[in-house]
Amino acid sequence: MSAASAEHHDHDDHHGPAPGLTRWLYTTNHKDIGTLYLLFSLLMFFIGGGMALIIRAELFQPGLQLVDPLFFNSMTTMHALVMIFGVVMPAFVGLANWMIPMMIGAPDMALPRLNNWSFWIMPFAFTLLLSTLFMEGGGPAGGWTLYAPLSLQGGDSFAFVIFSIHFMGISSVMGSINIVATIFNMRAPGMTLMKMPLFVWTWLITAFLLIAVMPVLAGAVTMLLTDRFFDTSFFSAAGGGDPVMYQHIFWFFGHPEVYILILPAFGIVSSIIPTFARKPLFGYASMVYATASIAFLSFIVWAHHMFTVGMPLAGEMFFMFATMMISVPTGVKVFNWIATMWRGSMTFETPMLFAVGFLVMFTIGGLSGLMLAITPADIQYHDTYFVVAHFHYVLVPGAIYSIMAATYYWLPKWTGNMYDEKWGKIHFWVSTIFLNVLFFPMHFVGLAGMPRRIPDYSMQFADWNAVATIGAFGFGFSQLIFVYVVFKCMKGGEKATDEVWEGADGLEWTVPSPAPYHTFETPPPIR
Amino acid sequence: MSIVSRWLLAASALLLGGQSALADINMPVGVTPISKEVYGLHMMIFWICCVIGAVVFGVMFYSMFKHRKSKGAKPADFHESTTVEIIWTAVPLVILIAMAIPAAKTLIAMEDTSDAEVTVKVTGYQWKWHYEYLDSGISFFSSLHPDHNAARQKGSGVDVSQFDNYLKEVDNELVLPVGKKVRFLHTSSDVIHSWWVPALAVKKDAIPGFINENWALIEEPGVYRGNCTELCGRDHGFMPVVVRALPEAEYDAWVAENAPAPAITESTGAAATTAVAAVEEDADREWGLDELVAKGEGIYNTNCASCHQANGQGLPGAFPAITGSPVATGPIDAHINTVYVGVSGTTMASFANQLSDVDMAAVLTYQRNALGNSVGDTVQPSAIKALR
Ligand code: HEC
Ligand SMILES: [Cu+2]
Repeated sequence: MSAASAEHHDHDDHHGPAPGLTRWLYTTNHKDIGTLYLLFSLLMFFIGGGMALIIRAELFQPGLQLVDPLFFNSMTTMHALVMIFGVVMPAFVGLANWMIPMMIGAPDMALPRLNNWSFWIMPFAFTLLLSTLFMEGGGPAGGWTLYAPLSLQGGDSFAFVIFSIHFMGISSVMGSINIVATIFNMRAPGMTLMKMPLFVWTWLITAFLLIAVMPVLAGAVTMLLTDRFFDTSFFSAAGGGDPVMYQHIFWFFGHPEVYILILPAFGIVSSIIPTFARKPLFGYASMVYATASIAFLSFIVWAHHMFTVGMPLAGEMFFMFATMMISVPTGVKVFNWIATMWRGSMTFETPMLFAVGFLVMFTIGGLSGLMLAITPADIQYHDTYFVVAHFHYVLVPGAIYSIMAATYYWLPKWTGNMYDEKWGKIHFWVSTIFLNVLFFPMHFVGLAGMPRRIPDYSMQFADWNAVATIGAFGFGFSQLIFVYVVFKCMKGGEKATDEVWEGADGLEWTVPSPAPYHTFETPPPIR
Repeated sequence: MSIVSRWLLAASALLLGGQSALADINMPVGVTPISKEVYGLHMMIFWICCVIGAVVFGVMFYSMFKHRKSKGAKPADFHESTTVEIIWTAVPLVILIAMAIPAAKTLIAMEDTSDAEVTVKVTGYQWKWHYEYLDSGISFFSSLHPDHNAARQKGSGVDVSQFDNYLKEVDNELVLPVGKKVRFLHTSSDVIHSWWVPALAVKKDAIPGFINENWALIEEPGVYRGNCTELCGRDHGFMPVVVRALPEAEYDAWVAENAPAPAITESTGAAATTAVAAVEEDADREWGLDELVAKGEGIYNTNCASCHQANGQGLPGAFPAITGSPVATGPIDAHINTVYVGVSGTTMASFANQLSDVDMAAVLTYQRNALGNSVGDTVQPSAIKALR
């Protein structure tokens, strides 16, 4: 395959980027496509965030003040779909596009045209999805899990939702195939698998998870489609179907999906902590094995999302034990990161702040996850705000913080300029304070009995909901600082060195800053 | 739960604003043996997690303060240790096993529904519950209390803080005995719901086509409130559960008072079942337009307004308007059929089992002669009775 990459004599490769808009439309360059993914994700972040603010505004006080309950439900549904499929996943794919070729010494992704297509499907998918909000009957309102039979009660716009999910799935699967092909075939000579940076490893495993489960989701929603529009009864009890079957299929996709949203984050943090501790990653091999075991376990724990559906006792036992097991490899990772910091020589620039924020708050989310694994207790927690608190702790200061950490970390390499450190730090601290004001009280109201996905609630939950709403608006608006810092850095600033960070290690830091349009046209030597 | 953990919890609650805050930030202990066990498990894992967190964060923050470049720390270069790796794989494993054993025991107890003395079938409807006592034949629907229902409408102008249990009050409470094992059978007539009462630690999905089991042995008389916890459509947030647990003697009296005469199997309210003869008579007599419309308004607001809206305008695309509806202003038989049979494949369910003859006649007459419609005719209860 190295012969194939040597023969890679496309015309464009000899020139810089094409001028104007066509550069972005026709580009097959991994850096351009990475940028497109990241900007798309940023845009979606504000759209999904706007929906979250509508939710929180309605929940500021008891009583219905602002929106109809049906619209409220479509906001919770859309917020989740946008944040998962439109923000976290594209951001990780964007980072993979930018960094994987540079980390393994490859000139580009293995399948550049497919790469272009994977990206350009996304804007169409999301236009389709978001347009349902303006159709008669409104957008999907049955929760992002689209449980049958409720989701089948939606209006005709439901067909658009399903097609948009199909598009997202196609895009993810193509992106994943590309990543697998790149990692297996395009590594510079000498870059053995066990020399690859952890970000590459975690993405390799994530890509396999995606290829395995996105088709399962596609199958599930296709059955919804035919149930809704073509009179089949896969999930309708009246027609001999089985509504619980939908949940099993959905979560067989859904649980690995949870790890798809966090494994690349593990990779990012594993790159950043050693840099700012000025010390190599502790337990590299065990990190790889832990990632692989988490990926394996993620396939056999799906029904822990369904402890109240009435499974047989043996099933509940199995899923409880398997779920608890996941905390072992996850714990190994956390311990390894701390051991990396131990007796290092640490500095706390913005990427490190976000990485440490990740470490602390992801661990909090992990611990509440352990509580949720205990089935008898889960029966009380299930479908309450305690669960909402849990998954927001692993997704916001988990996945989202890792993406921000990565952005600050690699931004100087992408733009050639240092970002504004002072504003970066302000962004971190303001976000972190508001984030905890927003999500921590959700643990309280959840334990005290507030169900999730409700537009109005009893007086006893009023105080903490008001607090959470204040946190939400603070957190939401403080993300404008992020936009300011990123665009300011794109425009100019202090010139970055090639190495950028004192303790940085890896091939991406050997190329000039900003990284030239084409890097590693001849493979670099690997130590 | 140990004395220490009790004390620590109280202390943390005090920090957060006094004793009363406790109930608002933690799981209730509950009033059944299972709920107490679950609470104990919850507190046990909570404290284990606190200890793990304290150790992990302690080491981490120590390192972050000590091992920083600004303090002149020089980086060590160790990056592997198989022994350490084995230790921090094995220790969590042991902790997990210690947690799993009591959890498994409680789980086994929760699933044991044998030897129940009272069985109640709980059916979820969009958006109310139907309770059926299989032993005594009592059965009724339970919906959000009309006052709360009026207050929770958008723009109602009602200050909801005046209610003691806003959104957790129903028209007909589920009455259960104290000290007897009660078995619940959960199912649904439309989408998936989930019946939850935190104080009983009972949460089970109500799934169409399935019957799930659960049980509770309530130890103290009182009123216990909960909600539907599985998203079930527009008014998911407005289908509360209220259980009133009575001492055995009072419970028996309640059953004796409400048990239906053998002929009648279905009614809209527990109280209504008493007046069997009166109901019979009501269904047969000729009703006037005004009394039907007056009665129909309440029925409409409880049963139809969630979808068709209190003003009859519906929600475009999801629920048709009743005002000016070709069905509600057209031939009577088609109108009756829509409500009696429902419209299959849509959320418009059959109300044949949900409304009595009089109630259905009233709500139909109301739709034809209110909400901006004025057809001028009536639907007589006898016409509905003839369909049964
Ligand atoms: C869960 C939501 C829901 C509830 C509650 C509900 N309906 Fe409906 N109703 C619908 C839907 C959806 C339709 C449209 C069915 C169709 O597509 O033909 C409908 C249609 C109707 C129509 C025909 C309207 C037309 O112009 O096509 C009438 C009349 C009606 N309902 C009466 C009632 C009455 C009376 C009640 C209360 C006893 C009630 N509905 C409760 C959802 C509901
Ligand atoms: Cu419900």
